[in-house]
Amino acid sequence: MRIIRYVEDVGSYFYMLKRTFSSFTKGSVLRELIFKEIEDLILGSFYIVAFISFFVGSVVAIQTALNMDNPLIPKTLVGFATRQSVILEFAPTFIAIIMAGKAGSFITSSIGSMRVTEQIDALEVMGVNSLNYLVFPKIVAMLFLPALIAISMFLGIVGGGVASVYGGFATATEYINGVQEDFNTWHLTYAFIKTFIFAFILATVPSWQGYYMKGGALEVGKASTNSFVWTSVLIIASNYVTTQLLLS
Amino acid sequence: MIRIEDIHKSFGEQEVLKGISTTFERGKTNVIIGQSGSGKTVMLKCLLGLFEPEEGKIYYDDRAIQDMNHEEKRLLREDIGMLFQGGALFDSMNIEENVMFPLRMFTKQRRDEMLHRVNEVLKRVDLENVNKKFPSEISGGMQKRVSIARAIVNNPKYLFCDEPNSGLDPKTATLIDNLIQEITHEYGITTIVVSHDMNSVMEIGEKVVLLKNGLLVWQGTNEEVFTTENEDVVDFVYSSNLFRKVREAYKKYKF
Repeated sequence: MRIIRYVEDVGSYFYMLKRTFSSFTKGSVLRELIFKEIEDLILGSFYIVAFISFFVGSVVAIQTALNMDNPLIPKTLVGFATRQSVILEFAPTFIAIIMAGKAGSFITSSIGSMRVTEQIDALEVMGVNSLNYLVFPKIVAMLFLPALIAISMFLGIVGGGVASVYGGFATATEYINGVQEDFNTWHLTYAFIKTFIFAFILATVPSWQGYYMKGGALEVGKASTNSFVWTSVLIIASNYVTTQLLLS
Repeated sequence: MIRIEDIHKSFGEQEVLKGISTTFERGKTNVIIGQSGSGKTVMLKCLLGLFEPEEGKIYYDDRAIQDMNHEEKRLLREDIGMLFQGGALFDSMNIEENVMFPLRMFTKQRRDEMLHRVNEVLKRVDLENVNKKFPSEISGGMQKRVSIARAIVNNPKYLFCDEPNSGLDPKTATLIDNLIQEITHEYGITTIVVSHDMNSVMEIGEKVVLLKNGLLVWQGTNEEVFTTENEDVVDFVYSSNLFRKVREAYKKYKF
């Protein structure tokens, strides 16, 4: 029975996607909705992303420096290791998980509350394709996630630099030289490709959890928790697949 | 006018509607009553096209909803106004934006024209100076009135009301009932109200339809509710002492 339920869930997810990209809402209304979603989902997450990025970058730099016991290893390695960790993994994947908690839960609870209070039924009765109206703007807004990730990359590296210099682990020149060392632009491309994949997951999985939820206020809470779990699982799984495909 | 011909609707093994036929006339307040689980809400959702009946047809002014393509159904829905049990106002929008929503979605009116129409319907439902308030900042009765304003703003041909009085005090409930009836007559709308509030039925039910276990067991006017000897009506309506006494008094004095 559980397998049948999973198959049904997968089916309803793809059915949702199909309906999301059909019977489009009036352009002027859609444009406003997209701007609102960008404000709620992307700009609204800026401060937490900036804070986490800066301090995690600092911690990566400190830990790298503290683990360099051999005096033959150049100090530029601190900058190099921080850059690689931040660009390849921390900024795209870790921030996507943070976004699953922040933006994902917000998406599920807002759509779930609309389901419980019959607002979605009201849209359907009026002849509005509720999935296009609610989910499409979120997908478009999430296309701006790479911008947030780029800021996260920058602040993570800056954080690492500040911690290295003020902690006495490397000079500013050594750190900057390390950051510039053996820079491979493909790594940046790889990071942004997977960011787009995570962005799609972040917009659609929480929407699906909220849209198809049944019950009342308690179930909205449960749906938000499920949404975080499933979004995180899918982000981690797709991270593995894209890394295997693009880097190996 | 809305005509239903022998509609059947099941969920799995359970047949909820077992062949219902009736007509809801234009310019009248038609009320569907019945106990919980009698099939009222399923019937309403079939009428709205949210559920597809397995058998039978639903005609909107001689156009069968089952024969309409997706676009025709979408256009039909533009002619439908709906008052939900809880109001179903969009909480991210203020009152003005809520009422303006159907106009923004389906018309090409300029903003000042839309605003004029919004103020007109808000005035019609006795709500003024609430334009910038959010649904959470107004009372339940006011939310219902805003919901009515949103339902009629685009001049619908059909108005559906699901338990319009639930959660309201008797005075506000009567006010909402009267408003629904006045609007029905004023705009010549085909109105269908689903309710189990007998005060409401007696107040506005120009046609009353009683459902029981998925079957239509009686239909008539609110006047006839007093005089009928149909045992299903007697069992449902006169289960309360108050209505039993009113019926006895009505029969005795013919007021």
